[in-house]
Amino acid sequence: MRVGVITFPGTLDDRDAARAVIAGGAEAVALWHADADLKNVDAVILPGGFSYGDYLRCGAISRFAPVMKLVIEAAGKGMPVLGICNGFQVLCESHLLPGALTRNSDLHFLCRDQEIEITNTQTAWTSSYSVGQKIVIPLKNGEGSFQCDDETLAQLEGEGRVIARYVGQNPNGSRNLIAGISNARGNVVGLMPHPEHAIDALTGPTAEGLGFFTSILNAMVK
Amino acid sequence: MAKIVVDVMLKPEILDPQGNAVASALPRLGFTFATSVRQGKRFEIEVVGDPTSEQLAEVEKAAEVLLSNPVIENYVVRVEK
Amino acid sequence: MALDTVAIAQTTPDDIQPFAQLGLKADEYARIKEILGRRPTSSELAMYSVMWSEHCSYKSSKVHLKQFGDKAPKSDALLVGIGENAGVVDVGQGYAVTFKIESHNHPSFVEPYQGAATGVGGIVRDILTMGARPVAVMDPLRFGPADAPDTRRVLPGIVAGVGGYGNCLGLPNIGGEVIFDETYAGNPLVNALCIGVMKHSDIKLAKAAGAGNLVVLYGAKTGGDGIGGVSVLASETFGSGGSTKRPSVQVGDPFVEKVLIECSLEIFAEDLVVGIQDLGGAGLSCATSELASGGSGGMKVALDKVPLRDPSLSPEEILMSESQERMCAIVEPEKLARFLEICAKWDVTVTAIGEVTDGDRLIITWNDQVIVNVPPRTVAHEGPVYNRPMAQPAYIDDVNSQVVQLPIPSSAAEIRATVLQLAGTPNLADKSWVTSQYDKYVQGNTIQSQPDDSGMIRIDEKTHLGVAISTDANANWSYLNPYQGAKLALAEAARNIATAGARPLAVTNCLNFGSPEDPGVMWQFAESVRGLADGCLEMGLPVTGGNVSFYNQTGAVAILPTPVIGVLGVIDDVRTRTPMSFDVAGLDLYLLGDTHADLAGSEWAFMHGQRVGQSPTADLGREMRLIEVLLAGREEKIFSAAHDLSQGGLSAGLTEMVLRHSVGATITLADVGISLLSESPGRVIVAIEASKTDALSTLAAKYHITLSKLGTTGGDSLIINDAVISLAELRTAHTATFPKLFG
Repeated sequence: MRVGVITFPGTLDDRDAARAVIAGGAEAVALWHADADLKNVDAVILPGGFSYGDYLRCGAISRFAPVMKLVIEAAGKGMPVLGICNGFQVLCESHLLPGALTRNSDLHFLCRDQEIEITNTQTAWTSSYSVGQKIVIPLKNGEGSFQCDDETLAQLEGEGRVIARYVGQNPNGSRNLIAGISNARGNVVGLMPHPEHAIDALTGPTAEGLGFFTSILNAMVK
Repeated sequence: MAKIVVDVMLKPEILDPQGNAVASALPRLGFTFATSVRQGKRFEIEVVGDPTSEQLAEVEKAAEVLLSNPVIENYVVRVEK
Repeated sequence: MALDTVAIAQTTPDDIQPFAQLGLKADEYARIKEILGRRPTSSELAMYSVMWSEHCSYKSSKVHLKQFGDKAPKSDALLVGIGENAGVVDVGQGYAVTFKIESHNHPSFVEPYQGAATGVGGIVRDILTMGARPVAVMDPLRFGPADAPDTRRVLPGIVAGVGGYGNCLGLPNIGGEVIFDETYAGNPLVNALCIGVMKHSDIKLAKAAGAGNLVVLYGAKTGGDGIGGVSVLASETFGSGGSTKRPSVQVGDPFVEKVLIECSLEIFAEDLVVGIQDLGGAGLSCATSELASGGSGGMKVALDKVPLRDPSLSPEEILMSESQERMCAIVEPEKLARFLEICAKWDVTVTAIGEVTDGDRLIITWNDQVIVNVPPRTVAHEGPVYNRPMAQPAYIDDVNSQVVQLPIPSSAAEIRATVLQLAGTPNLADKSWVTSQYDKYVQGNTIQSQPDDSGMIRIDEKTHLGVAISTDANANWSYLNPYQGAKLALAEAARNIATAGARPLAVTNCLNFGSPEDPGVMWQFAESVRGLADGCLEMGLPVTGGNVSFYNQTGAVAILPTPVIGVLGVIDDVRTRTPMSFDVAGLDLYLLGDTHADLAGSEWAFMHGQRVGQSPTADLGREMRLIEVLLAGREEKIFSAAHDLSQGGLSAGLTEMVLRHSVGATITLADVGISLLSESPGRVIVAIEASKTDALSTLAAKYHITLSKLGTTGGDSLIINDAVISLAELRTAHTATFPKLFG
């Protein structure tokens, strides 16, 4: 199976995401923001970074990249899409996911090993985990505080679309400790912390992030 | 009710990466009107009643020491009805 | 607006020029006239003044820095030495690593965020210029007193700037230092280090060879950044009010730099450049004159072709502008089309501004009129050289003749209080408040980072080859004895990478000092360089490059002499490194090395306001034997953990080890006060399984390193003789300091 990893100008974690895709057992396919086709990929990852410098608003300029038009179309047809960190911000700006990521409550960029709890294993990207499973993966961002209106929050919670929550002290002020959410169909997932940096305990805090990249194989087998 | 508005802009000679990024994104979306974009900050400050000249002077001071970085930014204080 | 051309300069030899306001001395100005056989044009004056500045010409330090070449040990590892943008060393398997450290001290005091950010940007471009992919950064920082109001302005801004720029470039920040001392108030030190990796065949040099090849400027457009000084010329030339006020602050755009990195690496991969130079200090003046000097000397540049952000800039200002994120490449004409294509892909502005010519003159035109016609070597390399007067300052004999008078803890209560106090003192306290603002994970190759003894990066994912790097300075020792201080810093940096099992390979340095016009400071500098050069010779480590920052001084008070020494080492398999601490109970803890009553220049002395006595004397032979023990111990899998002792001595070392994985230790010490507080150099704590006892003894005996048992690991307290300190209270003391100071 082929998993596309999109590089926007300013994307940083594309190589890491590709490495994680390979570690998960799939083929990583490099996609460029200006590409006019998705090269027959079966799923797409929008990796972390500072696309377009995160100027204006994080993800605000990237959402208009030519490749995003195709991603939005494909996502509508059910293609699995995972946005990590800056990728999550792009998915929100693209309205594939509700809400927005705002500045961390303490106003600092924060890089640390973060415990999260997986709360939904029905999505394309979380099926390798069990509900309630706690994992430690890096969190690193300056604008990771998930915000939305009360109605949206009630809907996300009501439909079980919060896929992961921070454990312990809220690292950035996210509502309901939200670390990640999915769309209603479960194929589009946005996650603030970085599973691609936790696929090997040699370079990450743990190897517990690998599940996101093995989950996608399960999704395809189905 | 009137409020005090402080606009803080990077000085014209200072590089504005954010403004540049917006300026180059506009034509990609078909907006061709802009020759340059500068991005700044706007503070809206409310006081009881209409602002007095003493308050404005205080705000000027606050703009100098806190709201702006005088090394790279200019500010303008005004009253908006 | 009158343009000052070479033709005009020839006909108006007696025009008065503002050379003094540009920082040139009368004899320097006279020499320029002698070189040119006429008065310089205002553009030439701009170029000479900036290139002959202390910052660019090293005119006060050159005579001393020569020792790094004269005393250079024979090394097969050195591929590119001093003189290029950065040194390059062979790390095996066909890989070459380039690394360098630079200061951005003064700009960071004026505008902390942008000063620090552009400091990172500048060193990263230096590394990129060598043809390497930048893979990590590191930032040794020094500030005024932790509780001083100005430190609260400067530190958060500098930390945010380092993080803001480095994070956005996707470079893991893998270490550094944060040290406080009152002499750094008003003179914060922002030193930035970058490491890059390439294959041997990819090394690029700053040379403009091959007549007819094009001079191509790419990256950001040129604005009025950092040309505060030259505005004196602009107003001279154009009359008052002719140009807008020029900022002396440079603003960085990390997004543009990130794109520039990827664009450049793609260009390098297709072998599209003959030579390359980044635009840093002195901008185009530096890039054109250095590139031309690197070749045969001939180059012609049409300055009016330079893309401008601010169209009102004068030619003099364009030559001096320090706008960030720009590169200058020498490109064969037939390769230009592909070069432009790659720039278009990355949306990078690119313009051919000139060509390499036969002959040996750098000629710059403005709308076809010649405004510069100089021999480029005289601009880039043949600047003035000063043998500045130096004299041992009076304080040296005074402080050396005194003896530190310090309270030495002995009772359990005193030991507890001392360990907790050291754990929380700003210089030794947990630095997570700083380092959590830096991305350490990006690129997925970080093996070690703060708070480990050194940073370590994996270079090859298949073979697991890696490099380790550490930067160190002990300014307190350098103050007491600059010669020994430099040697001790070298030894410490080497030891810090050896604890993990990496073999030291090469040295870089950033020498931060006060004013070279003060003979006492000049002596401190000369002694430091002599110490470092002697130390490198003895340890067999080549100096690959470095940076000098003078004038870190407020009034008559100079900063402590602060030679920051970086040592790079190689490790064949990062998976087998020795970790900095233990995560299991039941291990035995040993001390390698000898402890003497070395309290002069210690953190304990600093905390008691005492900066007197004599620094320890570096025994580099013993340091090298200790390094062999550490390397052999790693290879023979003897060590479960190893941690260097430095500032804060055994007390700080134990604190850091037990807190790392929340596993306590029980320690028994004779002469407990001195044992805990002494900062005798050349010491390492190691943790081993009991079964390795004989192997460790044999190894230590083989290399004549003293071995003494400290205790065992386990429990949830640090117990020293009869003093019990719970890990919880120790952690609170260690971690509360920075949040309390800086929010």
